[in-house]
Amino acid sequence: MSHLSSDVMARARQLLALYPHPRSALIPICHLAQEQDGWLRPQAIEEIAQLVGLTPAEVLGTASFYDMLHTEPVGRYLVAVCTNIACMLRGAYELLEHAEEHLGVCTGATTADGMFTLEDAECLADCGRAPCLQVNHRFFGDLTNATFDALVADLRAGRLDDDVPHHGTLLRVRRRHELQVDDRTIAAERQERAAADASAGGAGAPGGSR
Amino acid sequence: MAITEAPRIVTSRLVHDDSHTLQRYLDTGGYAGLRKALTMTPAAVAAEVDAASLLGRGGAGFPAGRKWSMLRQGPLPYLVVNGDESEPATFKDHLLIERDPHQLIEGVVIAAYALQVSRAFIYVRGEFALGLERVQAALDDAYDHGALGRDVFGSGFSLDVVVHPGAGAYICGEETALIESLEGKRGFPRIKPPYFPAAIGLYGEPTVVNNVETMSNLPWIMSNGAAAFTALGAGRSTGTRLFALAGHVRNPGVYELEMVKTTFRDLIFAPVLGGGMIGGRQLKAIIPGGVSAPWLGPEHLDTPLGQDEVADLHTMLGSGSIVAMDDTTCVVRAAWRITRFFWRESCGQCTPCREGSGWLEKILRRIESGAGREADLDVLMDTCDAIAPGVSWPPQQTTICVLGSSIPSSIASAIRMFRDEFLVHVKEGACPYG
Ligand SMILES: Cc1cc2nc3c(=O)[nH]c(=O)nc-3n(C[C@H](O)[C@H](O)[C@H](O)COP(=O)(O)O)c2cc1C
Ligand code: SF4
Ligand code: FES
Repeated sequence: MSHLSSDVMARARQLLALYPHPRSALIPICHLAQEQDGWLRPQAIEEIAQLVGLTPAEVLGTASFYDMLHTEPVGRYLVAVCTNIACMLRGAYELLEHAEEHLGVCTGATTADGMFTLEDAECLADCGRAPCLQVNHRFFGDLTNATFDALVADLRAGRLDDDVPHHGTLLRVRRRHELQVDDRTIAAERQERAAADASAGGAGAPGGSR
Repeated sequence: MAITEAPRIVTSRLVHDDSHTLQRYLDTGGYAGLRKALTMTPAAVAAEVDAASLLGRGGAGFPAGRKWSMLRQGPLPYLVVNGDESEPATFKDHLLIERDPHQLIEGVVIAAYALQVSRAFIYVRGEFALGLERVQAALDDAYDHGALGRDVFGSGFSLDVVVHPGAGAYICGEETALIESLEGKRGFPRIKPPYFPAAIGLYGEPTVVNNVETMSNLPWIMSNGAAAFTALGAGRSTGTRLFALAGHVRNPGVYELEMVKTTFRDLIFAPVLGGGMIGGRQLKAIIPGGVSAPWLGPEHLDTPLGQDEVADLHTMLGSGSIVAMDDTTCVVRAAWRITRFFWRESCGQCTPCREGSGWLEKILRRIESGAGREADLDVLMDTCDAIAPGVSWPPQQTTICVLGSSIPSSIASAIRMFRDEFLVHVKEGACPYG
């Protein structure tokens, strides 16, 4: 029995088929593993390594570079408050301070019940609605202390379960179509055509032919 | 105020709530540009884009047509779309990705046809969960519609497009880091030369990397022609551009404006645009083009929003983001926060960037908290000089990518424009703004 579920395995294989080199599927597959466990468990890393043909150390080496990939457990809801310049000018640090008090944790920590991890994020590209935050990578903007508290209450009560899945950036990213174009064949055809053009003495511009 | 009557090129559909659906896209002229392109030769499509003088919208402003012409001939070229949008205060691609994914995809197919590429990747910032969902759904609908896959619209041209998620790293917006990330590696920018992935890119193959907004302009250019595009704007800055306006303005948001015909003043103060400063307060400073850019002051308000016009002020239009800061802003704190960003996001390969950003962040924090010394200003500038000798614009390059050499911009601007404010922090041992 593998640690990763059969659904994750099947989706991982679909991802692998999308790239000329298996390693390219590494980050998307890490997202899938987090969808299952909330973070990258060592067993998951080992199985991902096998899938993409790397060592577990190589998988960890890549994963540890990226903020969204967690090599330690995080809360059910990752609350990332943007404090970058546009949000700072509109009260982001005051909001973050309020969030710390309201949740009873300091930035970077997880609440005792495992529900919330609070983070201080870099620009989330939603600066028009500053101050803003993401919960599990879903956006909430134009926040005040009161709307923050209401958001937390909604999350606790499960009222936002549809909008804010517990984990999984790619939860609803399910590709319906397989690749249709065999680019190796296209490459071979192009080379043949270029060779034919050259031997015919024509102005063979590979970029200009189909 | 001179808000022109220019057509909306990339935001025309956003008045509709369902602008992201295929049905709405087709009802509003979608995929007509691609159909037209497919009746032309690939070289003619590329020539049309070249004639449009479409400057890249990702930050560097390099002409798309020229970039395409540099693609090394090879059997397996790739097209990669940069949707990593993480430059602070930049939030325009986010809008295009979520609200008009078909326009982006149509642009990608047009570019792929011109370049004769059979596989394209759209790299979307990992934090854009909804954006990833929308682009994937739109791709699937485009396949069903015949706009993607084998034999696009019966033309004989075939293309697969794959949407690829990032995982949280600003540096992956730099095109060579983006390629590394797409290969499943840490996002380390590659050493230059080669300067362009057009020579050696994804998997070592020739690759064109273009920004989301750049691609999103292509359907309109094909439908309306390069001449209609160059009729807008002036000089090299043709067409329209998305400006992401943020900070202390009444109406922050993304505005599509004709290039060069509007000024910073129009954008910030026009009632239909920024609406002026909150509470009628005074404008203190402007950050144009992303936090890598040197700042401007109120005296520059009448500068037109054009690539060369802004470059003449020794700064840049960059990613098209503009932050307006009012007179309640502590500039030491602003410079500190920007520096903290670079320190957190430095990939760590180059010493000046990795170490310099950390030192600068600590010194700025010390000054801001009131524990600074007068000599700190010199230390700041010396450190900036060590990162990018001369602290000039454009900066001298000592590092693998320009993240490092961009670090001094905000600090140098803040000290140059507001030296007294730094000294007040030091002398009073506190921030005058509380
Ligand atoms: C540190 C750094 C971050 C960057 N971030 C982005 C980004 O988020 N999106 C983007 O399109 N270009 C970004 N760029 C610019 C890209 O390297 C590249 O020039 C651009 O994607 C090319 O597209 P264009 O020619 O269509 O503008 C960044 C560059 C640097 C140095
Ligand atoms: S300049 Fe900074 S971000 Fe760029 S490669 Fe060097 S260390 Fe990495
Ligand atoms: S600065 Fe907060 S979202 Fe951009």
